[in-house]
Amino acid sequence: MNKWEYAESIESSSIVNIDKKYGIFIDGNFQSANSKKFIKTISPSTEEVLSSVTLGNEIDINSAVESAKEGLKIWSKISGTERAKYLFKLARLIQERSREFAVLETLDGGKPIKESRDFDLPQVAANFFYFAGWADKLDLSWNAKGLKPYGIIGQIIPWNFPLLMLSWKVAPALATGNVVILKPAESTPLTAILFAELCQEVGLPPGVFNLVTGDGTTGAALVKHPDISKIAFTGSTGVGKYIQKETADRDIGLTLELGGKAANIVFNDAAIDQAVEGVVNGIFFNQGHVCCAGSRLVLQEDIHDEFVTKLEKRMQSLRVGNPLDKNTDIGAINSKEQLDKITNLVNEGVKEGGSIFQTDCELPQNGFWFKPTLFTNAQPSYRISREEIFGPVLTTLTFRTPEEAIEISNNTEYGLSAGIWTEKGSKILWAADRLQAGVIWANTFNKFDPSSPFGGYKESGFGREGGRHGLLSYLKVQS
Amino acid sequence: MSSIKESKNILKWSDTVELVDNLRVDEVGLKERVASLASRSIKKDSKLQALNYIISMCDLTTLEGEDTEGKIGQMTAKAIRPDPSNDEVPSVAAVCVYPALVSKAKEMTRNSNVKVASVSSYFPSGQAPLESKILDTQFAIDQGADEIDIVINRKAFFEGDYRKMYDEIVALKEVCKSVHLKTILEVGELRTYENIKKASLISLAAGSDFIKTSTGKISNGSSREACYLMAKAVWDYKTVTGFKAGIKVAGGIRDSKDAIRYLVIVNEELGSEWLNPDYFRFGASSLVDDVLKQIKKLKTNAYQSSYYFPRG
Repeated sequence: MNKWEYAESIESSSIVNIDKKYGIFIDGNFQSANSKKFIKTISPSTEEVLSSVTLGNEIDINSAVESAKEGLKIWSKISGTERAKYLFKLARLIQERSREFAVLETLDGGKPIKESRDFDLPQVAANFFYFAGWADKLDLSWNAKGLKPYGIIGQIIPWNFPLLMLSWKVAPALATGNVVILKPAESTPLTAILFAELCQEVGLPPGVFNLVTGDGTTGAALVKHPDISKIAFTGSTGVGKYIQKETADRDIGLTLELGGKAANIVFNDAAIDQAVEGVVNGIFFNQGHVCCAGSRLVLQEDIHDEFVTKLEKRMQSLRVGNPLDKNTDIGAINSKEQLDKITNLVNEGVKEGGSIFQTDCELPQNGFWFKPTLFTNAQPSYRISREEIFGPVLTTLTFRTPEEAIEISNNTEYGLSAGIWTEKGSKILWAADRLQAGVIWANTFNKFDPSSPFGGYKESGFGREGGRHGLLSYLKVQS
Repeated sequence: MSSIKESKNILKWSDTVELVDNLRVDEVGLKERVASLASRSIKKDSKLQALNYIISMCDLTTLEGEDTEGKIGQMTAKAIRPDPSNDEVPSVAAVCVYPALVSKAKEMTRNSNVKVASVSSYFPSGQAPLESKILDTQFAIDQGADEIDIVINRKAFFEGDYRKMYDEIVALKEVCKSVHLKTILEVGELRTYENIKKASLISLAAGSDFIKTSTGKISNGSSREACYLMAKAVWDYKTVTGFKAGIKVAGGIRDSKDAIRYLVIVNEELGSEWLNPDYFRFGASSLVDDVLKQIKKLKTNAYQSSYYFPRG
């Protein structure tokens, strides 16, 4: 009998309207920028040009700051209850238009529609609902005499979860009474632009949310501006270090959410089939473009062969292709640049002596793609075991004892997340106590909730986003 | 039992113990995976292909005290030609009846590819001595049954006497010889996922050709989670022994959408080589009609009433 192929089931993109060109969003309106330079934003699955967005310059940042100052005058006078109303309205509108946002996110970023539809958008709305709830209850959040907003916040977000990272940053900042200048990633600006349209629709006072698109130079101009009271950045550790140095001699707040090289520890007493699922989800979710991805499989040696056999079989069933197809599990790599980086590191891994396994899937002709990849026989000293690859590449390391598992897992400059797989409760608690990571999952991975603080140890950054602790990233405490 | 070593798909008890020792299933992860498989979008040609698969994999079933030769006649005719208005619709895989009606079913199906399956071993409870179960099974085989659906000894299972459960299946397999043996776990009674996986592996080790979810006689018959776990057990068993067993899902699968979700589980967990009646079956009575309606709708765009399709 023939193979049962799933027919294409494409989510229609006719729901989105994309303009040819976009200016910057300040004073509550889209305006032409001072900069006459534009960046083409393409769909990484087809390399089709979707739109051109402004490459904001220093003067554009200055205009955004002036707009934010006006916005702050209004925003600081209205009550928490009023702020909450705007945030609730935004949350509801995001839900109403979630299909449009999901399609746009998938077009612009290359992630599978099933993830933007079932993960990103529900999480985005949940974040706005959650922080809307805090806006009029800030005095109950921490036991302090005074909790004061910073003022004007500069926010720089990455390309892996464009709208979700916007929601992690914008929702708590606005809820706590700050105003925002957002610089989205160069390759994924479109959902932030649509969000700006939503701000207009709900009548958010002008200058409260400002958007300047651009590249690293735009971000640098934002970081250097003297009237910014705080920078919140999510992205690479390299850029994070640059920002920290740049802001070192100023009175400015800073939170950084940076890279990771998370260990996903599988003990021999784990539920193996579910651990395989968790490991697959941990590294192949969003093409591995996840700062908390479980990119190191730390596997007990006595189950290595059984586990790897099952893992490879499971990887073969991953469907790589058109991200708008509802049956796609793995979409496109976000950019040519990122694809080159992944390719180089993987080649390096082979050279250093790792055994490589890649699935038999066929890759589309156009666009940027990388086959789901597993390294075994890797050593902790290899670059693929130490550096963040930020792609669908998993490196396996083995251990003999629980102590050794912890040593290997902590043997990294990063400390964002970790996973523990065992059916023994006491072993989960024992391991979690010893892992140097901000988020630890047990018998699951990549679970998020707006009420749970997220952030890193070591070079994965500082500050927390989400939950009651996330409020402190946008409030100064007086006692 | 010397025959154990000779038959390829039977595993010694000591090896079986090793296979089921320390079984672990994580409920949260299991449900998440099954839910994610349920979100596959099966449209157009792949849907039509699936619907035809489902018909060809059906064991059209009646297992009632009121069954008569007349009723079996109706059902078998439908099994051979489910939709007289459409020649492209295949016959179902088998009819499934009580032992007393096997000879009638055999007579009706003699000029077709439709097989006759019989339940036995004191279906559905299995609460009888082994000697009686053997007689029950032997009778069905003597009447001409091509396939035998037995129930596991849940009494022994819950009392922890896994050896007894295993030995009974081995004994019934000896009676069956080359007659296809399907072993019903009754997952709704086993309840926990560990139990389902354990019972699956013991049943396979004892020589079952198929493992089957439910008798269809209790309210919580089949579930996609159980099917997923049974697929995992079939895979694990193949890894150890090389033997490729089949799965039959039965009990409460009434519509095409649900049935297609089962196919997706088998397709992605075991592979498309399992997508044929030798390795996957649906035990069903009302499912066939819904599938026929869906096939008709795909072909003609009309959703027809039940009276357009023959009674079974």
